[in-house]
Amino acid sequence: MGSGKVRFNDPQIEMAHGAGGKASRRLIEGLLVPILFDGCSEPLGDAAHLQLDGIQLAITTDSFVVKPLSFPGGSIGELAVNGTVNDLAVSGARAEALAVTYVLEAGLPTAVLEAEAQAMARAAKRAGVGIVAGDTKVVEHGKADQMYVTTCGIGRLIAGVAVAPRSVRPGDKIILSGPIGEHGITILLARGELDLEAELWSDTRSVLPLVEALAQAAGPGIRWMRDPTRGGVATSLNELARDCGLGVHLDEESIPVRDTVRGACELLGLDPLHIANEGQFLAVVAPEFAEAGLEALRRTPGGHEARTLGEMREQPAATVIVNTRYGGSRVVDMLVGDPLPRIC
Amino acid sequence: MRFVDEFRDPEVIGRTAEEIRRLADPGRHYRIMEVCGGHTHAIYRFGLKDVLPPNLELVHGPGCPVCVLPMGRIDDGLSMAENPEVIFAAFGDMMRVPGTKGSPLEYKARGMDVRIVYSPADALKLAENNPDRQVMFFAIGFETTAPSTALTLMRAKALGLRNFSVFCNHVTIIPAIRAILDSPDTRIDAFIGPGHVSTIIGCRPYEWIAKDEGKPIVISGFEPLDLLQSIVMLLHQLKQGEAKVENQYKRVVPWEGNRSALGAMAEVFALRPYFEWRGLGFISQSALRLRETFAQWDAEQRFSVPGVRVTDPKAAQCGEVLKGVLKPAQCKLFGGECTPEHPVGALMVSSEGSCAAHYNYEHRKNGVASGLG
Repeated sequence: MGSGKVRFNDPQIEMAHGAGGKASRRLIEGLLVPILFDGCSEPLGDAAHLQLDGIQLAITTDSFVVKPLSFPGGSIGELAVNGTVNDLAVSGARAEALAVTYVLEAGLPTAVLEAEAQAMARAAKRAGVGIVAGDTKVVEHGKADQMYVTTCGIGRLIAGVAVAPRSVRPGDKIILSGPIGEHGITILLARGELDLEAELWSDTRSVLPLVEALAQAAGPGIRWMRDPTRGGVATSLNELARDCGLGVHLDEESIPVRDTVRGACELLGLDPLHIANEGQFLAVVAPEFAEAGLEALRRTPGGHEARTLGEMREQPAATVIVNTRYGGSRVVDMLVGDPLPRIC
Repeated sequence: MRFVDEFRDPEVIGRTAEEIRRLADPGRHYRIMEVCGGHTHAIYRFGLKDVLPPNLELVHGPGCPVCVLPMGRIDDGLSMAENPEVIFAAFGDMMRVPGTKGSPLEYKARGMDVRIVYSPADALKLAENNPDRQVMFFAIGFETTAPSTALTLMRAKALGLRNFSVFCNHVTIIPAIRAILDSPDTRIDAFIGPGHVSTIIGCRPYEWIAKDEGKPIVISGFEPLDLLQSIVMLLHQLKQGEAKVENQYKRVVPWEGNRSALGAMAEVFALRPYFEWRGLGFISQSALRLRETFAQWDAEQRFSVPGVRVTDPKAAQCGEVLKGVLKPAQCKLFGGECTPEHPVGALMVSSEGSCAAHYNYEHRKNGVASGLG
């Protein structure tokens, strides 16, 4: 990892360490990377690329602990498939096979497990990937919350796509596949802790068809991609800014947020840029490819709301700035703390 | 989104900003204090400073309820959480506020039963659903939130609920403004008055600020256009040499306030003779306690509360920032030892705290790379 200077001194693990924001990043870079990936000097991405006997592969893994297990628009099983397919996709790879691990709490109704296994099978079919290996563990009642799912995926690299934050240049355009914040707000409302209701569904889906469309139209121009899950668009773009050292400039007006999400965020004092997504991705594309890439996304089913959010500039270094609609601006930082735990 | 977008119309905002530039005398430096933390947050979030002339300075006031709470009160509240019988319930804003031995969130990570609630009524529901536990609600806020605490206590009394109590930290806004004006090191030309508090108390309680202190005050809403319009109204007064109370937030704030909310507060609360505020010290008659008729639901009577006084870390200058004497970035700890992730003072925690707002929205505008360490 780049800086190598991050130190992790926290005496115990807190919820914030799992929120995908600053604390997560510190835990990973300060504690885990030096122990596990000694000598790794590349910025951390969503999946690792390796070469085995001349064959290029991508590999990644992801765990899911969402509460409640099912919610409008999806469930833990579907998230577990789409999440790993998407991590591979934004690293520039097409998922070929998944392995799944279930950690189950004794007392879990069989029907729940069955429903989630079926949801996984359906999602895998939709994403065009096979589930080829698996494992099951059971812990005592009260030692886990119903069920946790871990998936591991391997994929084949999409030809002609090479993503690396260090290849990002001033003038590059930032493209987003569609409206943000729907997954996080849906989960928050599904918990029923707030007396709030809204017509809202999780956006969980495979973004692979969209990534492939972008790759076909703008492959050589794609510099960086990321699926903005925990910590939202703000956290993903801050990671980009830090990894490439440039300034990310967003136009507030062009950030797509549905009224229901905006309304909930206004009420709860949340910034949609910090809310998790499970079916969107961000891409930085060279300016000469941006228009073609955006058009290709918009022509692809599920991509008609794709937008250019803004562009990369030299200044301010390593910072994300939102330009408001009336000539003001504000910095947007990574998520701090965890307003919405166990979102995925 | 209706009711919001019309107050964020770029064209109208541009025209209003233009009017401000025209009204502001270039030979004069204006210091306008927004009392309310909600305003501070909105000013940063919408980047309003960028559209104001450089000689118009917005000074952030003491109206962030989490920020003004001294650490001793947080320790007192958390001491109750250590009781295994107790469910500690508080608003989300409180969760990361540091006490001497950690924040409520850290207590939760250590296994204590700490819950986030969105209203005191939710805490009451917790008590109903957990009859074998004691639910203690850590009540904070100005007159904005005090009525809902009052109504919840009235409901608890009506239900005869014996496992619910309130640790009352409600404070009142007027004595805080008086303390600011009495402080020799604050020079304020005019005030942007709090919007939400005024929906309850109305506009009359501010009249002394205009009459006795000769300072204009305009009660303002929270959208960009609200704030800019309020500044226009203040500049008009300053230009005419006037000082009066005006209400820009008429669509929400009635001049006389909300009588039934004030009635509920009067039934449940009495004024404390004095209360300690972070940064401002002890202010007489500035906070609320439960009346004797509600003693059964008063956490300070039900549990043994140590009543500790803790001084803020010496190097932290929360008090100076709260009074508007120092800007957030002028504090020695700002951005170094004190960050939103590792806050030393509450101003760095609450979204309404001026340090958190400055850190989150402003301080890296010139590209100081964000550290993770």
